[in-house]
Parts: sequence; C-alpha cells; structure tokens
Amino acid sequence: MNLTLKIWRQKDANDKGKMVDYKVTDISEHMSFLEMMDVLNEQLVGSGDQPIAFDHDCREGICGMCSMYINGEAHGPDRGITTCQLHMRMFKDGDTITIEPWRAKAFPVIKDLVVDRTSFERIQQAGGYISVNTSGNTQDANAIPISKIAADEAMDAATCIGCGACVASCKNSSAMLFVGAKVSQYALLPQGQVEAVERVQNMVAQMDLEGFGNCTNTGACEVECPKGISLENIARMNREFLSASLKG
Amino acid sequence: MSGFFKSSIGRKVTMALSAFFLMFFLLQHFAINILSVFSADTFNEVSHFMGTNPLIQYALQPVLLFGVIYHFVMGFVLEFKNRSARVVNYAKNNGGANSTWVSRNMIYSGLFILIFLVIHFIDFWIPEINTKYIVGDMSGLHNGSYRYFHELQEKFVPIWRVALYCLGFVFLALHLLHGFNSAFQSVGANNKYTNGLKGFGKAYAILIPLGFIVIALFHHFNH
Repeated sequence: MNLTLKIWRQKDANDKGKMVDYKVTDISEHMSFLEMMDVLNEQLVGSGDQPIAFDHDCREGICGMCSMYINGEAHGPDRGITTCQLHMRMFKDGDTITIEPWRAKAFPVIKDLVVDRTSFERIQQAGGYISVNTSGNTQDANAIPISKIAADEAMDAATCIGCGACVASCKNSSAMLFVGAKVSQYALLPQGQVEAVERVQNMVAQMDLEGFGNCTNTGACEVECPKGISLENIARMNREFLSASLKG
Repeated sequence: MSGFFKSSIGRKVTMALSAFFLMFFLLQHFAINILSVFSADTFNEVSHFMGTNPLIQYALQPVLLFGVIYHFVMGFVLEFKNRSARVVNYAKNNGGANSTWVSRNMIYSGLFILIFLVIHFIDFWIPEINTKYIVGDMSGLHNGSYRYFHELQEKFVPIWRVALYCLGFVFLALHLLHGFNSAFQSVGANNKYTNGLKGFGKAYAILIPLGFIVIALFHHFNH
C-alpha cells in the first residue's frame, strides 16, 4: 500500500518543531507500524536526510517504549496493543496517517517522536517499591497467605509497563492510571501495608510536582492502555490517599 | 490535612463531595417543585416552611451557597490547571474513540449551568431574599393568600424563560450523565459493589432534569 505520513519533526528539546509530510510506497499490510517507520527511515538515510527519531526496544509489546500518537490515538486505532503490535492492515491504501509524540508538559519532547518519560521514574522512586529491611527475623514472603482474588488484582495492576499512553490519551494529561496501578499493586498485598501511608502520599505528591493534570474520570486512559489497566486502580488510589490523609 | 486540600486527589474528592451535596439538593428541590403540579396548596405550605424555617434558612442555605460557589470555582481552577498540563496540543486528536462527549466537555456544560443559575437566582432567589430580609415580609402572603404558587406560575408565562429553563436542564442532564458516576469514582467507590450505581446514575441524570422540564411546561400551558 502507498501512504502519506504527516510526522512531527523537532531537532531537539529547544526547537519549535513542525509537521512534515512524507510518502511511503509498497508497504506490506503484514508489516508492523514500526517496520513501516524503518522503511521510511531507510528512504531518508538513502536520500541523505536525518532519520526520524522514535523510541522502540523489545518490539513485542512488553517494554512500553514505542510512544506514538497515531491518527489521534495513543498506539493507533487498535486496542490493547503498543505501537510495535499495530499492523499496517489496520490502514488502507492511500491513507494519510498523522504521527505525533506524546503531548504533556511532564513528557517534554527530546527529538522528533521521542519524549522524556523520566517523570514516571521519579514517581516510582518516590514510593513505588517495598523496602527490604532484613532484621534476621523477616518472614519468608512466600509463607504469607494471599487470596487468589487479591493476588490476581495485584498482578493485573503490576502489568502496567509505564508507556505513558494514559497520559497521552487523557485530555488533562493526567498520570493517575499509572500511579493508581503502581499504588494498587502494593496496596493489595500484605507486603505493601507497612509503607502504605507514605507510599501513596509521596507518589501523589511527586505526580503533582511533575505537572501532570487532574483526572476527570473520562476513562480514555483505560480504553487506550495496552495492558488493560482498569479505572478501579484510580479509585483504589483515591481510597488509599484518603485513608492515608486521615491517618496522618 | 492541609496537603490533602492542595493535592490533585484531595481536590477531586472535595469536588465530588460538593457534587453529592448538590445532587441531593437537586433531588429535594425537585420533590418540592413537583408538588406544584399536583396541589397548589401543598406547594404553598411546603414553600413557606422551606422559606421561613430557621434551620433551612440560616444553616443549610449558607452551606448550599458555599457548595455551589466551591463547585464552580474549583471546577474552573482544575480546568485551568489541566489545560496548562499540555503545552502543545495534538494536530489530530480522536477523543471520541475512547471517551464520551459529555465527559470531555464538563466545563462547557458547567458553564451553561452557571449562566442558567445566575438567571435563576435573579428570577427567584434574589426577589425572595429581598421580600423576606430587605422588605422584612416573612408572612409569605399576597392579598391574603400564599404567594408562592402564583409567583411560580407567573414566572413560566414568557416562552423565552421556559425555553431557557428547559435548555438549562438539558445541559444539567449532560453534566450529570458523566458527573454522577464520576463523583463516586473520585471518592474511590468503583468496584463490583458499585456497578449497580452506574445505571441508577444515568436514570437520575435523565429523569430529574426531565422532571423539571415537565414542571416548567406544565405551568406554561396551564396558566
């Protein structure tokens, strides 16, 4: 298939940036979206132009690196996938495809389609972990019984790959689905209870500090999340935060 | 707790709590207004009670005013903050693919409700406050009988006011279609036990505003 691509080009973080049109021809419908981008980049390199910078790593939907806003949706028009899992069969011959980076103040563009998502890492560093304070009497984690329901819900929350599609899709650039998932995966397990109060307070404080917007419960994040993280995780974070605020 | 009120979640929770209060107020407002369709006397009696009871006038009315003002002011504060969280907008954004129109446009439905409320206050609330607390007439009487039902009927004679009133409630329905369940989500009530609330929320969002519209049309055509 032959396609017209409208792609955001930006030299560096200080450049103003603009949309640039490209043509690609003979694209196989079996290609992944990133393979199509590879074809375009080979064309650009061949003609002496700068290739388009975009994030990618595992190319099997696990790492969460490929962060493209395609035709007005995070990771494109398909559901429950990352961009590397999006196939060209989702498009038609002659289509014009608009490709942009994640847009959020807390995700500044580094170059072209690459954004800086270290704000997520700073939120994680604020409390998205369990301290291992070994005293010599620490109980073996495997010896603590956990209900199947709690274990499953914690595992569901832990499948968040931190890709940022929730922020990109949200009209408010809110990171609450990400933070809700990270808070939930510990809140549901007994191992997470010791630091529960500090965790949610510190992670929410860091989230606010990074400049993400407020959640208005549109649910766009849940729909666009490649891992199907549920809005219930945001509700759980709200409960945890409320409870932590009342405790101190 | 001061950090709570400055945090994004704290503001969400307080928005939801003010919304719960306003939704409860709307329900009792409707319960009283609908009486006017069935019995002018009962409507007059209840209106006089509500308008002169010290607990309602001096305790609940200020709380209501605070709730209304807080909900609007915080709504605009959050909207401003949310807009500033995205410096560069998307060239192409397909919001309809993942969220409802009403959920994305709460600020606009809210803005229209605010305009409606200002007119509603000028029409009903300010004259009422003037009669009771400026003129000092707490009797509720006009020519020897209660004035409330007659005043209500008079207000719904001009078609422009009825049309504006109906339009205001259409926007309120749109606002509630997202707002009702959003308020529960904000206070953390979203789990298998609250799924039944979603249908109830939609019914509330449509039926209560529709009821107000029916009342306005009833009095317009039965004057």
